Amino acid sequence: MARVGVFTCFCGANIADFIDVPQVVEATKKIKGVKVSAEYKYMCSDPGQQMIRDAIIQNRLTSVVVAACSPRMHEKTFRKALSDAGLNPYMLEVANIREHSSWVHQKDKKAATEKASDLIRMAVAKSIANEQLHEISVPVTKRALVIGGGIAGIQAALDIADARIPVTLIERSPSIGGRMAQLDETFPTLDCSQCILTPKMVDVASHPYIELIPYSEVIELDGYVGNYKAKIRKKASYVNFSTCTGCGACTQKCPVKVSNEFNMGIDKRKAIYTPFPQAVPNKPVIDAEHCTMLLKGKCGICAKVCEKGSIDFKMVDEVIEREVGAVVVATGYDLWDPKPYEEYGVGRYKDIITSLEFERMVSASGPTNGLPLRPSDGKVPKNVVFIKCIGSRDEAKGIEYCSKICCMYTAKHAILLHHKVHDSHAYIFYMDIRAAGKGYEEFVKRAQVETAATYLRGRVSKIYKKGDKLIVRGEDAQLGQVVEVVADLVVLATAVIPYKENPPLARLLGISYDKYGYMSEAHPKLRPVETAKAGIFLAGCTQAPKDIPDTVAQASACAAKVCGLFSGDTMKKDPMISTINTENCTGCQNCVTVCPYQAIVTEEIPLGHGSKEMRIVAKINEGVCQGCGSCVAICRSMSINLAGFTDPQIINEIVSI
Amino acid sequence: MEAEVKTTQGAIVSVENPEITAPADWQPVIIGILCNWCSYAGSDLTGTSRIQYPPNIRIIRVPCSSRVDPWFIIKSLQATADGVLISGCHPGDCHYISGNYYARRRFLVTKKLLNFVGYHENRVQFSWVSAAEGPKFAKVVAKVTEDIKKLGPLHRYKKENF
Repeated sequence: MARVGVFTCFCGANIADFIDVPQVVEATKKIKGVKVSAEYKYMCSDPGQQMIRDAIIQNRLTSVVVAACSPRMHEKTFRKALSDAGLNPYMLEVANIREHSSWVHQKDKKAATEKASDLIRMAVAKSIANEQLHEISVPVTKRALVIGGGIAGIQAALDIADARIPVTLIERSPSIGGRMAQLDETFPTLDCSQCILTPKMVDVASHPYIELIPYSEVIELDGYVGNYKAKIRKKASYVNFSTCTGCGACTQKCPVKVSNEFNMGIDKRKAIYTPFPQAVPNKPVIDAEHCTMLLKGKCGICAKVCEKGSIDFKMVDEVIEREVGAVVVATGYDLWDPKPYEEYGVGRYKDIITSLEFERMVSASGPTNGLPLRPSDGKVPKNVVFIKCIGSRDEAKGIEYCSKICCMYTAKHAILLHHKVHDSHAYIFYMDIRAAGKGYEEFVKRAQVETAATYLRGRVSKIYKKGDKLIVRGEDAQLGQVVEVVADLVVLATAVIPYKENPPLARLLGISYDKYGYMSEAHPKLRPVETAKAGIFLAGCTQAPKDIPDTVAQASACAAKVCGLFSGDTMKKDPMISTINTENCTGCQNCVTVCPYQAIVTEEIPLGHGSKEMRIVAKINEGVCQGCGSCVAICRSMSINLAGFTDPQIINEIVSI
Repeated sequence: MEAEVKTTQGAIVSVENPEITAPADWQPVIIGILCNWCSYAGSDLTGTSRIQYPPNIRIIRVPCSSRVDPWFIIKSLQATADGVLISGCHPGDCHYISGNYYARRRFLVTKKLLNFVGYHENRVQFSWVSAAEGPKFAKVVAKVTEDIKKLGPLHRYKKENF
């Protein structure tokens, strides 16, 4: 005989303002099987939970229904309350009357109240069919896979490895370092990016617990939390890294010159190259798209000059496997292509560049030895116009969101310009200055006062050429006037967009991504580094645009999560998995075909008690089953059930409405 | 095929069976079976964003759309519901790798069967709603509710239901 307790939450005013809670409580009392029906202001608070615990003990409840917020929010909290009172935690059902009723039917209290009563009735009916379940222990592979070797991946890898957990760090380009390696100085302190990054890169390469696999990408991820199996493709570098000393003779002699992506195409690199002088590992790779030896079979100069004989033109891609328990995704960002800004003459005028191009030019190790130069004639610019929000906050041409970092780096660029060219003047067109962060507002003030940059609030409508100058026509909204600035160089602060390969990678990993292509976190506020898939975490701009301090903080948070996951030798797993009734199983093996995890195998059991003849039945591998329920719906003999979502539970819900 | 609302003497008539009628203020009951990872999370986001939609839907949570047995759909129509909405992750985004593809195939077959036995095709609907698509979920529910309202009741009018 079921004895159900129903506890309805006011959620402050969130539920109580839009649902007549006392009426719901009264209606609930009439439901068959309900022993207790109570209400409280905040069920999730300690007194609320105490109320549940007391009621379970006093009324010997067999199952509990909490009518409150989404089960995705507090299911765990209430399960704990149940188990504290000695009831199996899986005897809990949550009726979602906040997200599914009070918040979405705010104009119709009667309908919302009725719906809430219905949802509770469904949950009561389901809870009556609930079964006692127990958590499963599964072994954990204590190795983490970090995808991406930018500052996010580097920080996460170092923090995890410092806890003596082995890490495999993979990076798609020949060197780790990522976008941060391209920066000259960093806001708001103006410390040199390379100076703070390269020691960390060296640490990664020399750390005993880090396995660095550059020039590689993940192509497959199987398994589940604690027991993933990753397939990694090591792209052919045509250079044997184990014998190469990184002397650089090959890169000097290579006759093929191609646009240098590290310097944003401002200068040229060779077909055999290291991306930048401080690269880790500091070994060259051959760009197969441009090497004439690989394309036409002619040249081979690099092989001739290499004293170690490290060049191997016959090298092919290699696929390796790693067993890992957790994955950190840190793929980083790309920059938006400003081509749609045709009225600015993007693409027509050479002296319009992007911020990252400017950044490379002012970098001491950059293509112009640290001096900003006009691409058209190589002269040093005096008047430089910076335009912010190119693509950001622009629904018509770009993207809706704010890229977060442009206000700050544009202020930095104004200061750097002044440092490099003392008699120059910076004009900055902006929509708003968003400088929330420690020392950020002060930094912008520094650009405005010390550097005397002219901040003009307004959008630029047009840029046109006059002689060798560019005339930037815009609006100064504070004066209410149209202004024209004669510029030698125009720098566009282009929007941050997600790394272009994010969606295919997300699909491969089985995690979700938003409409822009950023990977989705499990909860925007409370679980910002986890994904909906257990054991996969997000760091840096793979989740949303971020500056370096935020990225590092998130990467360290990932590391803490990974270390927490690996704190024991086994891991508790949700018991909501499929079970097979071998009595009924006909051995058709439909379930084996549909299982996405290959969690179902077959076994032979005696045909009858003591019989020598055998028959085939399905068998679930508890550790592998993730509880999707595909097999349950396909089973013709109804021999499979999914714990927590059994047929009787769901049918009870349906018929109770 | 779009249905037209049929009425006789102010009562709404079922498109499937002219004998089944309901009063003009009749509100359909719709059962929504949503997958936990995308659509249920999306419906939670609709709530968190306070986007309003018609209150006719009653939501049942399942881990994956592939858990939806055609039996559930038939049972829903048989028991109380005037319409059913099944929603899962977008193709390619399934939390369980490929569950929503199974769901899609199974659903097409079920729908054909239901059409064959005389149910209007809009009685049972399928959609893809991701965890980030709160506004879309509200739109889907509004559309389904409107469609079902046009089809009229599926169950004989019982006074105690009102």
